[in-house]
Amino acid sequence: MTGTPVLRVRNLHKSFAGIVAASNINVDVADGEVVGIIGANGAGKTVFVNMITGYLKPTSGSIEFSGREITGIRPRDATRIGVCRSFQISQVFMTMTVLENLLIAVSLAGKERKSLLAPLRSRERIRECEQVMERYKLTEHRDNVTRTLSQGVRKLLDIAMAVVSNPKLLLLDEPTSGVSSDEKFRLMDLVMNALKEQGTAVLFVEHDMEIVQRYVDRILAFYQGEIVCDAPPDVALKDPKVIEYVLGESHGPANDSESALGAGHA
Amino acid sequence: MIRSALSDATIRWTIAGFLVLALVGTLFPNWILNNTMFGLAYGLAVLGLLLLWRTGLVSFGHALYFGMGAYAVALLERYTGATDIVMRLGAAMTVAGGTGFVLGFVLRHYRGIFFAMLSMAFSMVLYGVLVKTEALGSTDGFSVSQTTILGWQPQSKYPLFLAIVGLCVIATTGVQLYLHSALGHLTTSVRDNEIRVEYLGYSVATAIHVKYVISAALAGVAGGVMAMALGQVDPDSMVNWTVSGELVFITIMAGPGSVVAPFIGAITFEFLRTFAFELAPHAWQLIVGGTLLGIIFFMPEGLWSLTRLISRKREKVR
Repeated sequence: MTGTPVLRVRNLHKSFAGIVAASNINVDVADGEVVGIIGANGAGKTVFVNMITGYLKPTSGSIEFSGREITGIRPRDATRIGVCRSFQISQVFMTMTVLENLLIAVSLAGKERKSLLAPLRSRERIRECEQVMERYKLTEHRDNVTRTLSQGVRKLLDIAMAVVSNPKLLLLDEPTSGVSSDEKFRLMDLVMNALKEQGTAVLFVEHDMEIVQRYVDRILAFYQGEIVCDAPPDVALKDPKVIEYVLGESHGPANDSESALGAGHA
Repeated sequence: MIRSALSDATIRWTIAGFLVLALVGTLFPNWILNNTMFGLAYGLAVLGLLLLWRTGLVSFGHALYFGMGAYAVALLERYTGATDIVMRLGAAMTVAGGTGFVLGFVLRHYRGIFFAMLSMAFSMVLYGVLVKTEALGSTDGFSVSQTTILGWQPQSKYPLFLAIVGLCVIATTGVQLYLHSALGHLTTSVRDNEIRVEYLGYSVATAIHVKYVISAALAGVAGGVMAMALGQVDPDSMVNWTVSGELVFITIMAGPGSVVAPFIGAITFEFLRTFAFELAPHAWQLIVGGTLLGIIFFMPEGLWSLTRLISRKREKVR
């Protein structure tokens, strides 16, 4: 690993009433690194993301963010220190416009709590939102109510809201799920370029191997709550365990990476 | 602050509307003046419920705070002899807001029917205490003597009416400014998506708590106003669950569209009830209930939606 670890996870374990959802997870993520998390449904990917962002408390183990222990932290505290996330099903304010959604995100990202009593639509906040909308190609939807927008645009908004506070670590849970195949690369290009500019480390859960191969520096492959492979994509996608447990045996021999990459869902 | 308030069209229209009401009030006979004051008192309480409604919460127990405000006025007079409007309203707001702050720690964790009924349970505890305690006036309650305004004893009810109108302007302006602030916008945000609010770094529980305390304080002030306008406090007319029901009734009748709507709804309700009682003393509830049904069926956004209808028609004429 190069660079300072922004995330350090050690011996992380989570069980629900005796059923193990995550076991013995050890991961380091460097500043600005992009890590893909793959695995079949129920492999423990989202449980892992939920533990880092404070939605679930680990049964045991430790999570460090920039050298600070954050195990069991509350989601809002995780956000405040720079660990943000987007969701598999976009979590936006459906009855508000795109601008209003971003205005709320920008105002809550402000360090000055007393500024929350100032009018929401201040000139500075609107300018900041316009920059975000431009970066994420949301300007044309500025005054549209979110529930009228396509899934792809909502995903973009969801991610844009998560990054307005300039997080050091962003967790994306299936950023392209529900997005049409025409839109998915456009969406990911937009998002990953913007995040690269910000120098944000990214951990993203994804089923689409084309997306994974194209954007990540490293892959974490999950199977039954454990990491079975932690390697760069060209190595990980040829790994026999990844092929057997994640991609499926039907994808053929380990060296046939092209067929495996194009397989889509695990 | 004042410039910011006056740049808001709703606030300008609200001030103009209340100014007209204050002027027209000089022509009102006593019974209309009284009814309007009762309506304004209910309007203040409903303004607080509107904040909760916009957050996606309904309280069936705001008579707790309404009654606390009313009893604070009566007990302040009984034990200190204070009759000044500022002291009375200050006491009403402090007692109700303080209680709302304490109970808010429990209620902020509940949603939906649990939030609504837990509020009601607290209000019924107060009702029970009041009915059974002689020192608190039991079922008879207390009478409240005429309010003084900064040491001046008015000879008619109009100065009190004027003071209440002024109070409504302050409350409406305050709530409107709050709703336009980032913190105020969290009302809709919490209703729409609690998860996103938490993941933007703000506590949903705190957001709900703040709104709950504001609504409790407003209901307390409303109870204080009612005690001063009515000159009497007793458990049945101030704390009983039927009072909470009336407040929810007016909230639905008014609609959540504007901070002015609660006052229009409450004054309409007060006069509707008076005329219904005049018309059918033993079945007035039928008329009031039927009206609410009509509003729900034909104006789901409440009486306030009439203003949108009128402005749409105006645009068509142009």
